[in-house]
Amino acid sequence: MDAIFSWLSSGIPAYARLPELLQHLIPMVLACLICLVAALLFVLMANWGERKIAAHMQDRLGPMRVGGWHGWAQPLADGVKLLLKEDIIPAEADRLLFRVAPVLVFVGGFAAFAVIPFTSSFIAADLNIGILYAVAITALGVVGIIMAGWSSNNKYALYGGMRAAAQIVSYEIPAVLAILTVIIHVGSLSMQEIVQAQRGGVWNWFLFRNPFTFLAFFVYFLASLAEVNRTPFDIPEAESELVAGYHTEYSGMRFAFFYLAEYANMLLVSCIATTLFLGGWTGLLSKPLLPGVILFMTKALFLVFVQMWLRWTLPRLRVDQLLHMCWKVLLPIAFVLVMGSGILALK
Amino acid sequence: MQVEAYVGEEMVLNMGPQHPSTHGVLRLELETDGEIVKKVVPHIGYLHRCFEKHAENVDYPGVVPYTDRMDYVASMNNSFGYALAVERLMRIEVNERVKTLRVIMAELNRIASHLLAVATYGMDIGTFTPFLHCFIEREKVLDLFEWTCGARLLYNYNWVGGVSHDIPEGFVDKARQFLREFEPVLKELNELLSYNKIFIKRTAAVGILSVDVALSYNVTGPNLRGSGVKWDLRKDEPYSGYEKYDFEVAVGDGRFGPIGSCWDRYYVRVWEMAESIKILHQALDRLPEGDVQEKVPKKVKPQKGETYGRSEAPRGELGYYIVSDGTGNPYRIKVKSPCFTVLSALPAMAKGALIADIIAILGSIDIVLGEIDR
Repeated sequence: MDAIFSWLSSGIPAYARLPELLQHLIPMVLACLICLVAALLFVLMANWGERKIAAHMQDRLGPMRVGGWHGWAQPLADGVKLLLKEDIIPAEADRLLFRVAPVLVFVGGFAAFAVIPFTSSFIAADLNIGILYAVAITALGVVGIIMAGWSSNNKYALYGGMRAAAQIVSYEIPAVLAILTVIIHVGSLSMQEIVQAQRGGVWNWFLFRNPFTFLAFFVYFLASLAEVNRTPFDIPEAESELVAGYHTEYSGMRFAFFYLAEYANMLLVSCIATTLFLGGWTGLLSKPLLPGVILFMTKALFLVFVQMWLRWTLPRLRVDQLLHMCWKVLLPIAFVLVMGSGILALK
Repeated sequence: MQVEAYVGEEMVLNMGPQHPSTHGVLRLELETDGEIVKKVVPHIGYLHRCFEKHAENVDYPGVVPYTDRMDYVASMNNSFGYALAVERLMRIEVNERVKTLRVIMAELNRIASHLLAVATYGMDIGTFTPFLHCFIEREKVLDLFEWTCGARLLYNYNWVGGVSHDIPEGFVDKARQFLREFEPVLKELNELLSYNKIFIKRTAAVGILSVDVALSYNVTGPNLRGSGVKWDLRKDEPYSGYEKYDFEVAVGDGRFGPIGSCWDRYYVRVWEMAESIKILHQALDRLPEGDVQEKVPKKVKPQKGETYGRSEAPRGELGYYIVSDGTGNPYRIKVKSPCFTVLSALPAMAKGALIADIIAILGSIDIVLGEIDR
């Protein structure tokens, strides 16, 4: 954001004469737009990618027609279709909550991109509490899911919302503890500083730094799968049990927002995992050969691919099994990791 | 404060008739306390088509297409049982070729039916990929059927006294090729789904159907065998030359939990497919020559009397009770449907389960509503 500000003030002579409020507001809006467009582009790409990946895992081709080359324009066509669809609000629904819910779900995932360090300089806001902010703001999405489940006035949606509520309290704690194992070593909550601490080649990444952070990566990855509601933890929207879970009653663009949020969240948790454990924008060697943003996105997209891979391979857990796993397996492991990591950091 | 204040309010959840996992138009009335299901009441009848009444108003061969439409994923086996019953009533003994052809078709159909059951069961548990892998194989079986009799789902194949078409030239080789391709797929399916840890966790200790309950509800077929009872009409009351084939009866062994669980019932079906492969190899080897319509009567007019013919359909014992009054139309046909009996055992199996378990149990008993409602 600072980069945009200095670029604007040096590029446009009259910029300094604008009211001070506007001077700061315009870069904010611009930064926001850049992130939004990037996120939307990613969603389109990931949607097409997931269909293709799923198709090839299932011995079929996936979309092949729209747009010519391997159906690349299929997500665009679907987006247009969703835009043009009738927007139905059930008669007995709580109209205000019903309208707010999809926006809240999307905002929760999207706002966290502000603190993702794509390169050493390309970051919307390098907050000194970056990771805390990211964890806190993503939890907002679950509030949206519960709102959607409640306001739809549909029993299946209600079950979806209640399951999401049960799920968040169980995955957030191991996830945060896994993040803590890294924070102990860095001594800062700033995302940029976390990456800086991993500079100097692949052996400096927290994934390979010590056995505790190595295991913490897997704890975080599992918990993040639960966060984005994807198989094997797609319990709130389990289609064979709850029809479509919390978004059963949604249609058209409101439904699309849930979809956008799901994909944006997939990228988000992958970005956070990349930042924390895979060295962010740093390269395999101590001297980077490629631009930071390419390194960062390669790692993040690989994790997105792993998420898709799991989704098209594994069945779904039952809700009590997820709670059991989070509270009785992941949580004790995470505590041990935090303690071990702390002891290592002390010496 | 009174104790009642702590008891949660119950919610009635109508699962179906439009629901992705009720395998047809079935409505389950669930009384739920949170995620726990206190009571399940199945409501049926959405697919009622008056099969038994229809059968009284057409002649005996005319009933065959109607039987196809009961269990529409295992039509060959439906008409098989009917043809056997009418033949017994008329004391017709079909030749060896017809017998062997019927076995071939029935076993191919059993594979196709079990593939569908296993595939959709994976989907019920939340995994989509095995579904398509299974459907590729099922498609090959349907191609064989289409090649033989022109239909892919409802065949009208087993006539009284014979079969509608002899197999085309090259069928034996094509069928053998399918079996060769199918065996490795079965192994893959086991690796991908059957022995998947999450899958086992979801199914192994869920929906226990004890032998007593199974027998008292007259549960048959893979569902009974999943509880560990070795009861298969192909072995215990052989028909159409089944006594000459060497195969094992698949039974549940409670490998990952109490016997009679969803996993056992699921695995019985996978195992049965492997046994069907064995039977098919033997049948294709010994297929004798002969005229497949040699014994088809010009006019099907059994003498006065009644009979009960039963056969081992993919979903269990399918029985036809036929009363003849000596005319060309049956006086009464009553069908004993294996799906109906096992669905009546659902409330006993599902008591106290979670909502997700209801889906797992319902998928594991593999019902076809077309046969329940008729």
